[in-house]
Amino acid sequence: MSAKQDSVDDLVKAGYEHGFVSQVASDTLPPGLNEDTIRFISGKKKEPQWMLDYRLKAYRHWLEMNEPDWAHLRYDPIDFQEISYFSAPKKAGDGPQSLDEVDPELLATYEKLGIPLEEQKALAGVAVDAVFDSVSVATTFRKQLADVGVIFCSISEAVHEYPELIKEYLGSVVPHTDNYFAALNAAVFSDGTFVYIPEGVRCPMELSTYFRINEAKTGQFERTLIVADKGSFVSYLEGCTAPMRDENQLHAAVVELVALEDAKIKYSTVQNWYPGDENGVGGIYNFVTKRGDCRGDRSHISWTQVETGSAITWKYPSCILRGDDSVGEFYSVAVTRGHQQADTGTKMYHMGRNTRSTIVSKGISAAHGQNAYRGLVRMGVKAENARNHTQCDSLLIGDQCGAHTFPYIEVRNPTAKVEHEATTSKISEDQLFYCRQRGLKEEDAVSMIVNGFCKEVFNELPMEFAVEARKLLNITLEGAVG
Amino acid sequence: MLSINNLHVEVEGKEILKGLNLEVGTGEVHAIMGPNGSGKSTLSYVLAGRDGYEVTQGEILFDGKNLLEMEPEERAWAGIFLALQYPVELPGVNNMNFLRESLNAVRKGRGEQELDAVAFMKLVREKAASVKLDEKLLKRSVNAGFSGGEKKRNEILQMAMLEPRLAILDETDSGLDIDALRIVAEGVNLLRSAERSIIMITHYQRLLDYIEPDFVHVLADGRIIRSGGKELALELEDKGYAWVLEENAA
Repeated sequence: MSAKQDSVDDLVKAGYEHGFVSQVASDTLPPGLNEDTIRFISGKKKEPQWMLDYRLKAYRHWLEMNEPDWAHLRYDPIDFQEISYFSAPKKAGDGPQSLDEVDPELLATYEKLGIPLEEQKALAGVAVDAVFDSVSVATTFRKQLADVGVIFCSISEAVHEYPELIKEYLGSVVPHTDNYFAALNAAVFSDGTFVYIPEGVRCPMELSTYFRINEAKTGQFERTLIVADKGSFVSYLEGCTAPMRDENQLHAAVVELVALEDAKIKYSTVQNWYPGDENGVGGIYNFVTKRGDCRGDRSHISWTQVETGSAITWKYPSCILRGDDSVGEFYSVAVTRGHQQADTGTKMYHMGRNTRSTIVSKGISAAHGQNAYRGLVRMGVKAENARNHTQCDSLLIGDQCGAHTFPYIEVRNPTAKVEHEATTSKISEDQLFYCRQRGLKEEDAVSMIVNGFCKEVFNELPMEFAVEARKLLNITLEGAVG
Repeated sequence: MLSINNLHVEVEGKEILKGLNLEVGTGEVHAIMGPNGSGKSTLSYVLAGRDGYEVTQGEILFDGKNLLEMEPEERAWAGIFLALQYPVELPGVNNMNFLRESLNAVRKGRGEQELDAVAFMKLVREKAASVKLDEKLLKRSVNAGFSGGEKKRNEILQMAMLEPRLAILDETDSGLDIDALRIVAEGVNLLRSAERSIIMITHYQRLLDYIEPDFVHVLADGRIIRSGGKELALELEDKGYAWVLEENAA
């Protein structure tokens, strides 16, 4: 059976498709972090004093904090003085006014990633706010969105144009004191996306942001804030890739979602950051804080994530179910292969009455990959009749990988119900042989089994992204066979 | 159609098949019987090309081509079908979808056009009815949570869909009650044709009451030690394997 094992190993050694580096002249800050760094970033963005004050407050708090070490992850300590905290493509004026002004090299990069940046492609119904390193280079479809009152812009612009909304909501879900990486982000966040959906508006298209880390030795600290006012709906997709480099790069983003009464936010992520090579050299350290606040009654926040990249993934998209009858959902597929490590899951804080949450987590480990699900379900004192269902499945490919499950359940209300189901299975030689005997090529068989395993999660993705996620998964797990 | 000459096979360094010879002509039904551990399942896996079965000597020709040089899926395209003793579960993989992927992979491998959704649905309904497989099972995951009889019927459905030239039934009768056995046997009999050969590997004569073989072989200690017509099976049922083994030793 050992010959068979080798072929399964080959199967999971796929190359990284997005490992090119764009030759764009950059305006990059030398590595290092102190209050001057923060003043520089804030100055570059011509930020008002209150924003600088917020950053400095966060920085001073961060200095007092310790890096968390509870995750099931192994990595060398991060030297925060080795990182450059600001990198922007150089440009003549104040920023491109249309796509014609955008550096063609940049557009070619997006082309390779398959991002529909040109307006014609965007006619497919996807509006893209592309973040290249730290600055938004182009925003499409903004006018069409503005006609229905939807604000979709970079967070830097929002600081200038919608200061009241930013002051009210920024840091209101993930405060700067929340955790080590969130504090760092609040101090140095370079750009990101702001979305506001006014009362009663159903956002007419999927909103999408592609983040891309390009400059060597730069960390990316973007910040996303989405506010859905009463009775509104928005579906948002975030996709991420990064070039191939030997050193590790830090990505510490913060995403905050606020859903008011009867509002629904659907947030989907396809994360394909560079995972490092097959010996575990290089790759992105992805330390991300994502949280949604179901602030109003009957509000609904749904997280769907497909995580195939990064050397290290540390993220727990969470829901605070504050409003009565509010609903939180978390659907996740996390793939680790090579020497990737993922510690990911969710937190559901049930505070309101009749709140409901669903957690479906699918972890796939191949080669030496380590995959941990970590989830917290907390039923608060007032969470009358609150319900949670958690389904946590692990799939192993090969015999050197690992799957771990760390569920935390806290129930403080006797009427609340919590269910947890977990399974671990392995793609067996029996299954592969069976599929091949029925005429399927080995890689098609693996893809079929893996896609079957992930089906419940893919069903939650918007159609076109589900197709993309399936392809990405196939590329990730495809190899030398066939 | 199939010609096995002096086949020696090792599994994890242990010789299981020790010079097996077998000729199967087009349209013939052969039963291979034998005691436990005689190498019956090894033979079926070697024919299907499973990894881990090392051929140290001998050859297998299928339609004159060297079968041992072909990958498992290429053998499937060429028309070899193995119904497993223990059909494998594929959780999350929709049974209907699996059948379609499988059929189209085989058709593509044979250089035929893939079937469109409408034609496929029509075919699968028709074939499912012929093996009395509840259509609900088509909507479930492949074999997951199926009863023993349902799994075997699902194998026969796959066989009916793929229309193999050589079908190998590995202990298809094991674990079936008499009603399930009858249904499965009817399914197999429907597939008997002048163009299709069948090898039935079985422990008991019981299956042969329903699917009548043209030839019966006794496999013992890695070799076929006796061949005959269907009456050989009855004799075995009557006297047990010891009788052949003793005669062979003598």
